[in-house]
Amino acid sequence: MKMIIKGGRVLDPASGRDEVTDLYICDGLISDKFEADAGTAIVDASGQLVMPGLIDMHVHLREPGYEYKETIATGTAAAVRGGFTGVACMPNTNPVADNRYVVEFIRKRAAEAGQAGVYPVGAITRGSRGKEMAELADMRDAGAVAFSDDGHPVMEAGTMRLAMQYCKMLGAVIISHCEDKTLAAGGVMHEGYYSTILGLKGIPASAEEIMVSREIILAAETGCPVHIAHISTAGSVALVREAKKRGIPVTAEATPHHFTLTDRAVAGYNTAAKVNPPLRGEADVQAVREGLADNTIDAIATDHAPHAFDEKNVEFDLAPFGMVGLETAVGLVWTELVHTGILTPLQAAAKLSLNPARILGLKRGTLAMGTAADITIIDPGLEETVDPEKFTSKGKNTPFAGRRLKGLPVMTIVAGEIKYRR
Amino acid sequence: MFKRKDLLGLKDLTAAEIELLLDTAVPMKEIITRPIKKVPTLRGRTVVNLFYENSTRTRGSFELAAKYLSADSINISSSSSSVAKGESLYDTARTLQALRADVIILRHPMAGAPHLLAGAVPAAVINAGDGAHEHPSQALLDLFTVREHRGEISGLRVVIVGDILHSRVARSDIWGFTKLGAEVRVCGPPTLIPPGLEQAGIKVFHRMEEALVDADVIIMLRIQKERQQQGLFPSLREYARMYGLNRERLALARKDVLVMHPGPMNRGVEITADIAGGPRAVIEEQVTNGVAVRMALLYLLAGGGAGHENDH
Repeated sequence: MKMIIKGGRVLDPASGRDEVTDLYICDGLISDKFEADAGTAIVDASGQLVMPGLIDMHVHLREPGYEYKETIATGTAAAVRGGFTGVACMPNTNPVADNRYVVEFIRKRAAEAGQAGVYPVGAITRGSRGKEMAELADMRDAGAVAFSDDGHPVMEAGTMRLAMQYCKMLGAVIISHCEDKTLAAGGVMHEGYYSTILGLKGIPASAEEIMVSREIILAAETGCPVHIAHISTAGSVALVREAKKRGIPVTAEATPHHFTLTDRAVAGYNTAAKVNPPLRGEADVQAVREGLADNTIDAIATDHAPHAFDEKNVEFDLAPFGMVGLETAVGLVWTELVHTGILTPLQAAAKLSLNPARILGLKRGTLAMGTAADITIIDPGLEETVDPEKFTSKGKNTPFAGRRLKGLPVMTIVAGEIKYRR
Repeated sequence: MFKRKDLLGLKDLTAAEIELLLDTAVPMKEIITRPIKKVPTLRGRTVVNLFYENSTRTRGSFELAAKYLSADSINISSSSSSVAKGESLYDTARTLQALRADVIILRHPMAGAPHLLAGAVPAAVINAGDGAHEHPSQALLDLFTVREHRGEISGLRVVIVGDILHSRVARSDIWGFTKLGAEVRVCGPPTLIPPGLEQAGIKVFHRMEEALVDADVIIMLRIQKERQQQGLFPSLREYARMYGLNRERLALARKDVLVMHPGPMNRGVEITADIAGGPRAVIEEQVTNGVAVRMALLYLLAGGGAGHENDH
């Protein structure tokens, strides 16, 4: 199987390449130039951006256990529709991905689905209960790319310190959902003016920032790389920026909703805007954008969190946290960050492909000769209004319904095969 | 005319809409002072009191308001209905709609529940208190009571004292009094003051001695004992010492100050017994006016003078 992607603006952040050229694919790999023959597929990419396949390093695929919300098949189909050739899935399934058998199951289901690549994240502690360490080395051997108790933050510093010491040996990154539960206690949105007028319990910025500080201190002490998930406050961005200057092995991701929306989106008790960490204030959104621009924030990840309609059609306090993100991420990155000049196209490509791959230790995210031909093509001028009913994901829970986006994925190629074509 | 389908809070109302509600309550108050306290205005209309929290005065007040207007009313409370079986609010709403309710009065422990209900049914929804969000009929009766005494709200200094953080009464009073031109101050310990009030034009005080100076209206809020167990203040004793309304503090206010309390009171904690029963207190008038204001609400929302049709 041969393919030539012709005339696109090729962005390869690993080499810094940004030029209009042709890209050759042969047998699922990026290839040297060859002459087209009758069996060669030709893709016209003129006016479009050709980049390494996008990797969403933070999604919830819900299988096993919550197949009514999403399955590995529907989630990975949503991924390729959103331009992602790979996703790292969080372990808060039922059972929890805290042992090799669940990790193996996820990989098997992903192979059967045959859409985007799936990189399982294993739990740090058994049952993500924050006590004893899970079998991290065994999960690592089974294909876990990183470890996290996402959504159930490890509250005891002593437990996290041990996990970091152990993960350092394994060469695996810890992904930390930073939330001090004693500060967040029962909160359902950002603490500020809007929580006051809505009468909802607030989650202060300090709930995140205290844990970001702790993880930075422990990363410095243990040498274990730590990745801050869905960074949301100005204080957290400043902490990561400072830690990086000091050479501490810390990286961070931001979600499209945290660089786009403020807590104002909750007004009217819109449960689609209920997410954890919560949508923050104007200054926080601005700080996240600045953190992306100056590369304090390495990656953009969606925290794709599908829920069933009935689960969100309840009192705000009772609704689960989370929103879907796979099928709106590229549009939001281009609309909010690239077309506004905050990120160059090459920078955006890096935060969506190369950087997540590097953080997770994947041999992906580049267009180097001989690497797997995972490629995403984006039309930067293509516009669309978000319609959740068109999502491939089972989850329609998005606060972006009706929003006009400019810059959309038009083709997703996984290992040389076209998995999505607009 | 009042053109809204629901009354979910005072924040989104205009001053003119609030005035209309208060003006409508004037003849209603006249009705309840008659020997025969009943008019046929809402005959054939069905009012449902849907209460997910215990309430004596608000529920009784709404129930009497409906009866005085000749509406048929039923009460559904969380302990005696399918609520206890775990039916969702949305499904309960659809059921009440199928029973052809014209007005649903909802009291719920969670902020925003009336918004969910209002979006689910064509019936008019009246928020009778939702979590720490709003309690609009309480603020309307507070406004009505002050207006009866002082003629006008504009230019008055209103001080709300106590647990502002958890108080839906405080929030509705803040919107109601500021929209009608009063200066609103709040006073309480920092642990019971929510952030961002300044953004709503509210002055925040932590010492009653400063807050009460030249006050025209003092609204004392009930302090719940659980708040102490949550660590929000050290003891009821210390709370009473710092935030209780006593004679010395009352003397800082204007001589014709009105002392209000949404009830139920903790005598000896947030207010001393002599003030609660004294000449400046209008606490019982508030209760009477509550019925009049709620009659006005039912009248305007259930069809009496409404500008919309409650079509089924």
